[in-house]
Amino acid sequence: MLVVELISGRTLDQGATVEEKLSEEYSKAVNYIELSEEDFKSLGLKEGDRVKISTEFGSVVVFAKKGEIPKGLAFIPMGPYANAVIDPATDGTGMPQFKGVMAKIEKTEEKVKTVRELLEAI
Amino acid sequence: MLWIKNGIVIDPKNKIKAEKMDIFVKNGKIVPEGEVKREECRVIDASGKLVVAGGVDMHAHIAGSKINTGRTMRPEEMRVVRNVAGKFRAAVGRVLLTAPAIGYEYAKMGYTTSFEAAQPPIGALHTHEELDAIPMIDKAALPVFGNWHLVFKCIEEKNLEKLKTLIAWAIERSKGFGVKVVNPGGVEAWMYGGNVKSLDDQVPGFNVTPREIITMLIKANEELGLPHSVHLHCNNLGVPGNFQTTIESIKLAKGFSNSKRQVLHVTHVQFNAYAGSSWRDAASGAAEIAKVVNSMDNVTIDMGQPIFGHATAMTGDAPFQFTLHKLTGARWSNKDTEVETGAGIVPLVYLPNNPVHALQWAIGLELGLLVDSNKVALTTDYPNGGPFTEYPYVMAMLMSRKMREGELSKVNAYVQKATGLASIDVEKTLYEIINMTRSLPARILGLQNKGHLGIGADADIAIYNLNPLETDTSKDFEKVYKAFKSAEYTIKSGEIISRNGEIVKEVFGRTFWVDARKKVDMEAVMNDIRDYFQYYSVQLGNYGVEERWIKKPERLEVV
Amino acid sequence: MEDVICTFCGSVCDDGEFDAEKKKVKKFCRLGSAKFSEKERIKAPMVDGKEVSYETAIEKAAEILVNAKKPLLYGWASTANEAIRLGVILAEKLRGVYDQCASVCHAPGTLAVIEEGLPGATLGSVKNRADVVVFWGSNPAEAHPRHGMRYSISAKGLLIKDRKQRKVVVFDVRPTKTAKMADLFIQVKPGYDYAVISALRAILSGNADVVPSEVGGVAKEKLLQLAEMMKNAKYGAIFYGLGVTQSRGRDRNVENAIKLIQLLNRTTRWIIWPMRGHYNVVGAGEVPAWEVGYQYAIDFSRGYPRFSPAEFSAVEVLKRKDCDAALIVASDPAAHFPAAAVKHLKQIPVIQIDPFPNMTTLLAKVVIPSAVYGIEAEGTAYRMDGIPLRVKKILETSYWTDEKILEEILKRVEKLKG
Repeated sequence: MLVVELISGRTLDQGATVEEKLSEEYSKAVNYIELSEEDFKSLGLKEGDRVKISTEFGSVVVFAKKGEIPKGLAFIPMGPYANAVIDPATDGTGMPQFKGVMAKIEKTEEKVKTVRELLEAI
Repeated sequence: MLWIKNGIVIDPKNKIKAEKMDIFVKNGKIVPEGEVKREECRVIDASGKLVVAGGVDMHAHIAGSKINTGRTMRPEEMRVVRNVAGKFRAAVGRVLLTAPAIGYEYAKMGYTTSFEAAQPPIGALHTHEELDAIPMIDKAALPVFGNWHLVFKCIEEKNLEKLKTLIAWAIERSKGFGVKVVNPGGVEAWMYGGNVKSLDDQVPGFNVTPREIITMLIKANEELGLPHSVHLHCNNLGVPGNFQTTIESIKLAKGFSNSKRQVLHVTHVQFNAYAGSSWRDAASGAAEIAKVVNSMDNVTIDMGQPIFGHATAMTGDAPFQFTLHKLTGARWSNKDTEVETGAGIVPLVYLPNNPVHALQWAIGLELGLLVDSNKVALTTDYPNGGPFTEYPYVMAMLMSRKMREGELSKVNAYVQKATGLASIDVEKTLYEIINMTRSLPARILGLQNKGHLGIGADADIAIYNLNPLETDTSKDFEKVYKAFKSAEYTIKSGEIISRNGEIVKEVFGRTFWVDARKKVDMEAVMNDIRDYFQYYSVQLGNYGVEERWIKKPERLEVV
Repeated sequence: MEDVICTFCGSVCDDGEFDAEKKKVKKFCRLGSAKFSEKERIKAPMVDGKEVSYETAIEKAAEILVNAKKPLLYGWASTANEAIRLGVILAEKLRGVYDQCASVCHAPGTLAVIEEGLPGATLGSVKNRADVVVFWGSNPAEAHPRHGMRYSISAKGLLIKDRKQRKVVVFDVRPTKTAKMADLFIQVKPGYDYAVISALRAILSGNADVVPSEVGGVAKEKLLQLAEMMKNAKYGAIFYGLGVTQSRGRDRNVENAIKLIQLLNRTTRWIIWPMRGHYNVVGAGEVPAWEVGYQYAIDFSRGYPRFSPAEFSAVEVLKRKDCDAALIVASDPAAHFPAAAVKHLKQIPVIQIDPFPNMTTLLAKVVIPSAVYGIEAEGTAYRMDGIPLRVKKILETSYWTDEKILEEILKRVEKLKG
């Protein structure tokens, strides 16, 4: 188990598949988390492993990847997986806090849901 | 068909000075009696009422990225509710109005035409989208030329033919109406934080001066024979002492002549009519400017009258806007653009007890009073000087010394020593005021069918509850103000659109644009245009506005 | 066909070449190519999952909207101004709520405009004049792939000729792809943008002595270096992204940056501009601004517009369960809103107008497929810098345009309301 600061954002893959949300390619483009090499190792992960992200606002299972990112920070592509765990509070601006939520990351054997299953679970 | 019966008509263009007469309307035009069947006419009894042409606003910022950024920046402006959605659109706005509100408010006042005074060429389509969203009135836009690199190049090369061709090309592509010039050379200097300070300053990076830019643009405009003259926002706007620059700029018209209209229109002159060396000793330069304008037969101006209360400064004069931001500490928007021009926006409030604001207010009135009423049009440079909805205030003030005395007693006493307003005994007549708001602005713009009630004119008519034969405009200023605030009838293209200050029918007017392509050979400039477009961020093939994208375009061809 | 205009991201590149036979576009980036490639479409209008005619779906949609006390009309960033205008008028007529994608994207920037204004420029001005360009919490290499080449990093301008004459700075919490192209990369601790900007303002206003040795993870020396670079620029530009608007501070971060720009303009020239996402998200704000006075989060329940993001933004309306129907146009809130907001969307009748099936399709009661602007339909869109472009129709289609669908819905609504 590890606590990181989670940010979401755009990626090329997410953008290129955003008009095909029900496709396999889109799922792949958004259903992962990037961790620093150090954090990745400390969780004993290898490529293709799954992790459960839990925040005050929900939890979601995604694939884990090593990324070029500082230790203690994690990146998840914007989309339904990210939105299961980000902070919906807008502080009066209308804008949820899509970036910067404390998240617990743990290795899991649970499966990664499809976008349909994610929607059903809400 | 309409039969406006027994009204008291004032129609300066046709020299009609308060005569009782009937007006007939058919197919949106004013026609001779013989062309209508009286029994088929809708009759409007205008007995004892003033009947005039619909008002023409020749200089206002009503559409495009500037006013829209102003709206975005100032939501506090939108809390005044003018109409709740129902039969007509919701309309809101204090001074900055939404597009529906602009159309409705003009119509309520008996105005039926308004010109957007600064269209950035690269944003031309946005301006037209907003013009299209304004109901009730006819409209047009003036694209901005005075800081365009290719204009500078034509002037450096002294290539008049190329400049003429560029103007014809640009006006067609922007579906614009004429040649607007804003702080020539100064906006280019601002791109690196500077400005120009005199007509003979060299524009940084170019071998041209404001004097050359203005002169050559007048020459090109006159050779093309465009309906409207060069429309100039002078250098040094808002700077104490600037009246000298304004006078020098006005004199650049010497040597040009046009039998139909002026060859140079200098706009919102109030902002360019300051004597003194700083705001501590600023004073009015209006009398000197009036003397020069009155002595020339080829120059016209408009007032740019400030109205006490809220306003939003928005001009293509980007360096001035930054100065204003530094002065007041208020919010500041700026836009440097390709097809080179600029713009800035700063909120403002004119306070009667502030000496500078009172001075500005007095100078505007001085210009309106001292300049020959056949040479000065009534404007507030909306929304720079304030709302156009207060035109009736300006009209009443110019006609009544008594009203002015009352107002003067409420403003900062600084104006007593810094201006001559208190001692001006001129009281414009109703005929002159109707000229300054109808016939004159139409003539300045070159709109032959606007601003008058002669046969063949557009049936844009306002009827006011004011009997010119029985009203003493000098004494009855409250009645005058009230009458002009809400027209009893506003008729647009022959349709009654407003009654007693309430909208009764929503219509959409035409957008005029000028096509001077036949006067030039496009090849004279296309290579240069192609060159410059390599450096702009849109393809030449994607630049410009097509007629079919505009709701009701009307092309005026120059032949 | 030449000069084809891309309707994907806010860069709205207009130099594409379309091969009608191969149905392929040249010159565009990966995102643009994906935009123009064939993909799965919503086949036909549907009500409750059953295929129906356009007329039937529109009738049903109008009925839902008219029967709702307060419908939410949301989306609008990926459609043309002509459709947006009808959407605003529809919201006004229905006394509903109009909100658009900026609400979860760049709207905090709009709040900052309300506080301090927007000292900006067109992308062409930046291309021609900027000798220093700062990307702050923005990552064009992934979100606007041709931005750098066309306008900002390696663009060949009139006065600034190429990459060599331009310095590029990237501010981010991680070394992004854009950071790799920068002359100077400044890694900020997440949520510390405001503090870093404040430090820069302090240095530039002659108060470097109050700045501690490190701010938000950035060493003071680096801040001094950056301040010097900013001061010495002849014409500088900051392009900010969601790294700023979606993190701690949101609108206040942008407001602080605008104050920095105001300060810099006292000695040289600087502009700031948001890296807007969707190709016409600017239009989705500009059109309502001229029609009803505000850019987003607009409530019409009183018959006139009221603006309040804390109350009338889509996320707040949904979290509060304060709408009883929704019309979603050219957007996918089911995928892009936090779960707490999607929850209510699942409870109310949703009408969707979109060319492509997405997560919102899965929960919509009425689905109306539409033509793709820029490919199958013509209309006006505003690039991220507000430059209007008329996007083109290059392929025939039997799908109706958003404009036509909304026009028909508006007509039915007017009829039903009497």
